[in-house]
Amino acid sequence: MDRAAIIGVGMTKIEKRKVGQTFADMAWEAVNKALGDAGMTIDDIDNVVTTSSDFWDGRTISCMAVGDASGAAHKNISCVEGDGTYGAFYGMTRVLSGSYKTTLVTGHTKGSESVSSLITNSAFDPIYERSLGMDMVTACAMQAQSFMHRTKTTSEQMAMVSVKNHDNAFKNPLSQLPLRITVQDVLQSEMIADPLHKLDCSPVSDGCAAVIIAHESVATKFKQQPVWVKGVSFCAGSFFFGDRDLSHARSLTEAAKKAYAMAGIKNPKKEIDVAELYDAFTYQELMWLEEMGLADDATAGKLLEKGEFNIDGRLPVNASGGLLSGHPVIAAGLYSMGAVVRQIRGDAGGFQVKKAKTGLVHGVNGLGGQSHCVFILGKDK
Amino acid sequence: MAKRVAIVGTGQTFHKSHRPDVNGQELINEAVLRALQDADLKMKDIDAIVIGNMDHFEGINYVDCWSVDGSGGTMKPIIKLTTGGTTGCTVAIGGYHLVGSGMFDRVLIIGWEKNSESDTTGAITTAFDPIWDRLVFAGAISGLAAEAQGYMARYGASDRDGARVSVRDRKHAMNNPHAQLRKEVSLEEVLASPMLADPIHLLDVCPRSDGACAVIMASEDVAEKICPKPDWIWGTAARHSYSYLGDADYGRLTSMREGSQELWKKAGIKEPRKELDVIELYQPYSFGGLIWIEDMGLVGPGEAPRYIWDGNTDMGGELPINPSGGVISCNPIGATGLIRCAEAAMQVMGKAEGRQVPDVNLAFSSGFGGCWWTDMILHGKNKPK
Repeated sequence: MDRAAIIGVGMTKIEKRKVGQTFADMAWEAVNKALGDAGMTIDDIDNVVTTSSDFWDGRTISCMAVGDASGAAHKNISCVEGDGTYGAFYGMTRVLSGSYKTTLVTGHTKGSESVSSLITNSAFDPIYERSLGMDMVTACAMQAQSFMHRTKTTSEQMAMVSVKNHDNAFKNPLSQLPLRITVQDVLQSEMIADPLHKLDCSPVSDGCAAVIIAHESVATKFKQQPVWVKGVSFCAGSFFFGDRDLSHARSLTEAAKKAYAMAGIKNPKKEIDVAELYDAFTYQELMWLEEMGLADDATAGKLLEKGEFNIDGRLPVNASGGLLSGHPVIAAGLYSMGAVVRQIRGDAGGFQVKKAKTGLVHGVNGLGGQSHCVFILGKDK
Repeated sequence: MAKRVAIVGTGQTFHKSHRPDVNGQELINEAVLRALQDADLKMKDIDAIVIGNMDHFEGINYVDCWSVDGSGGTMKPIIKLTTGGTTGCTVAIGGYHLVGSGMFDRVLIIGWEKNSESDTTGAITTAFDPIWDRLVFAGAISGLAAEAQGYMARYGASDRDGARVSVRDRKHAMNNPHAQLRKEVSLEEVLASPMLADPIHLLDVCPRSDGACAVIMASEDVAEKICPKPDWIWGTAARHSYSYLGDADYGRLTSMREGSQELWKKAGIKEPRKELDVIELYQPYSFGGLIWIEDMGLVGPGEAPRYIWDGNTDMGGELPINPSGGVISCNPIGATGLIRCAEAAMQVMGKAEGRQVPDVNLAFSSGFGGCWWTDMILHGKNKPK
């Protein structure tokens, strides 16, 4: 197999409500930032993959709104619907298939124009589940209960994820919600769906992110230092909650296992230096860490208490502030990817970690993490 | 190294206007099982799945995740691509890249739609810019009528020329048990059918359909072991040229012109009319069958009506178009582009039964949608260089 590298990243600031920008305006900003970062012009891009969701955008063929702004005129283009990591995956295969050399991948969402509960309710089965009034928050609350019950993870430990990530956000100027809060603040914030308090949940956000993925034959042609895709995999679990053990994410374990194998990683706990995980809710950071083998079963909460996942800890997790500090849904995985790319290049600024030779990026599709995508990125080819 | 890619199996439902007997997952499953059977593979042999439809037709969010009980995607990589009407061709191109990358040996590609559950025009209207376009956009038919009027004004074509294309496709559909509308229509019947948007009569356009299609692609390492005579993918191209209605050149399909020129260049094709053996065109209305084959370079501007009237694109003609009966006979939107791909593959593999064109060496399939967008695939009997 040929190799691919990420040679440019660009992200808008994540904001609560970008009232002055349309989808296209956000895409234009992110794309130009990515081109600038890579030292490229739009003429150096030979194909485009946009990532969007008709549901989140309230538009059929939602990709139509951003094609022009992503510089796709006269170029080959396609659109992935789902998290940005899946868009990046498809963008990567388009250079590995020998068809293209440089894929521009974008992902955008304006949560401010969306009604999240209705949009995620429509991901449930229309006959059996929708009328129960389920949505992403209530689904994840069930999962959180299930995870807490099995692993004895406490509400305090979950709150500590919120405290850590909101504090990390002070070091990331793109982040929406830097907060200096305590565990007590989290526990005393409004109960949204037991056990999830308001500060256990990610905010509603607007943002667009872009990455440029190059075939190895051109990866060093431009000014930016390439960050190599060492391994990648994705996997979906069962749809109906009754068919899954909600306290586990078998599909994540499987995706991570394959991504590690592709990257030649034998001991992920030792070999992964930095990770950006899908922390839409506090418990998820702990649960995903365990399910992808970065912490032993039922230990992530305790390791968190010891500070292992702090910026200066053994494995910095969501040093950028994570999704808890800003969650533009579809773009989320590309923001995580942008953060890890910058860590590996050594230009993450205030949230730079000490050692970042190998990094992990994680994205999620579906309810309660039904489908997971895991990228392993590295400094060396 | 990049891998060459071939289609080794196809399957589709018997498309109908309404399938109240199955839900979406069950509809998908019918196509998947037929494709697996065609390739003599089991679900465990499939390494990854690409799926697509148009969200707002069925109102189901995260279709990749929802579909797994029908698609077989549980504990497999499944990814959703969606680009509007072009979706069916887009997912096929997606499967091509997934296999071509060397990441997967066998990829299952699924397109589906239950249009009976949708307000199609209501959903399509939201594709357009809420400020500038949405208030004046009256659904897909009005946009197509504007294109047809542009073409007629420029080249002096008539609604009789369009009707001739409908007559052809509906006649071809008689040979295809999967087509929804299997009843021949005459020129007079087309012209006498209700006017929907001048010059488009009811019998000039596609119906609404429930249906699914599945295609299995395999890498050169395993393709010929699965299927001795697979359909090799020679190239793909896609152009989604416009975001705004006002930007289109009404009367010409720029995306088809740019994309097909790229494809001919990639494959070394100099005279597509002579070198192609069969075409499955995503042609949702009759006039597209005139305009777009000119943009493909089969004939010169304004020459399509003569070429069609002379029977060149009928079964037995120089270059048969839509032996399946095409989109005018059946349009489960998210599946439609993939049905074109599957039908072209069946022609190359010699599996097209009653609608088989003899000795197919090169075939072309396309998808149409969005704001005058075209996706396309070139299929061949021989392994590409």
